[in-house]
Amino acid sequence: MKTFPKKRIDIMVEAPLMNRVIRILDEQNVSGYTVLPALSGRGKDGAWHRDGQIGRVGAVVQIFCIVDESRERDVLEPLFRLVSRQIGIVTVSDVRVVRPEQF
Amino acid sequence: MGSALELAVANLTSPMILFFVLGLLAAWAKSDLTIPEAIAKGLAIYLMLAIGFKGGAGVAEHGADSTLLIALIAGIVLSAILPLIAFQALTRTTSLPAVDAAAIAACYGSISIVTFLAASQVLDTAGIPYEGYMVAIAAAMETPPIMAALWLNKKDTASLDGTAFREVFLNGSIVVLVGAFIIGWITGGEGLKSISAFIVDPFKGILCLFLLDMGIVAGRGLRDGKNLSPSVILFGLYMPLIGATLGWATAQVIGLSTGGVALMTTLAASASYIAVPAAMRVALPDAKPSIYLPLSLGITFPFNLAIGIPLYIYVASAFQ
Repeated sequence: MKTFPKKRIDIMVEAPLMNRVIRILDEQNVSGYTVLPALSGRGKDGAWHRDGQIGRVGAVVQIFCIVDESRERDVLEPLFRLVSRQIGIVTVSDVRVVRPEQF
Repeated sequence: MGSALELAVANLTSPMILFFVLGLLAAWAKSDLTIPEAIAKGLAIYLMLAIGFKGGAGVAEHGADSTLLIALIAGIVLSAILPLIAFQALTRTTSLPAVDAAAIAACYGSISIVTFLAASQVLDTAGIPYEGYMVAIAAAMETPPIMAALWLNKKDTASLDGTAFREVFLNGSIVVLVGAFIIGWITGGEGLKSISAFIVDPFKGILCLFLLDMGIVAGRGLRDGKNLSPSVILFGLYMPLIGATLGWATAQVIGLSTGGVALMTTLAASASYIAVPAAMRVALPDAKPSIYLPLSLGITFPFNLAIGIPLYIYVASAFQ
């Protein structure tokens, strides 16, 4: 099976920022993205988990999308501007996809 | 109204407080007892719907007078002034950076609706009536401190757009609380009667379950707060008393009933750990939630629940 190289962008960000990240992805015409809730974890400020929480502070979501390499910089620049002062991680990794026209 | 001691003992031995303590102990003992996030949020929506509806129905039954508008304005002014006092106290007595002080000040200017719920329940149990529109005052006091905090720390404020303001002013708790209050006001006593089996009878039991969850979360907050400095912890204990004093004085000037005075005092003494912290993550991203969240949730909330509420009710009764 033939596969094609693409870039996968993963954004772990605190939940209050989720809508802003999604808006950037929409503005950059990213063809699709997926949002997943994080259940628990540990960062430099200690461990956390979501059981029993009613507020959004302390909640973390993972948003990921796949883009063509030529679009990587366009998507990352506004994302970095948004999340650089927030709690979270942005990673970019090389992936291979089967249907390149989808991205 | 009995003595302060009787009131304190009745409060501390109520199912509501004992379930909260159970949650605290479970968290302290690192029990695996948890309430799933979705259920906790469902319980919170139920409680806000119930208290909002009952407040609105109360206004419909007894009518609204000019005191409502005065109390509303007074509540907004009070919640905008409290952050300024809190900020001054923090910058003078602690070594916290200004951005952290501003975020904490916003939490302490705003209110905790759960503390308000608990105080309402204590008043109901003691048979002390209060103005139904206090729910609307609570909602009005939630957001002005956010603006005050941003003004206090302009240099660290992230750019706020329409989305940010919409999220602040239309956050879920305000929409449910104010919406249910208006529906209760429109439908009145008949409306309340028609759904009382849902929002009146199970209220106490659901509040106990919710406070069990809050006990677990506050217990974790206490554990997380072990790195707070003594001066910051002390702030979490004396700031509610400063807020309470101003709230009590404001309520006296307005001329609220004994129950209304107790609730205004409680609102001014309480600190937000839901709506304001979420807004602070967007508006003041450099402020550390690992300080303002455990302080508000792990120190001030349990203090108000166990000691503050009976104290505020006693003072409201004694000086009426």
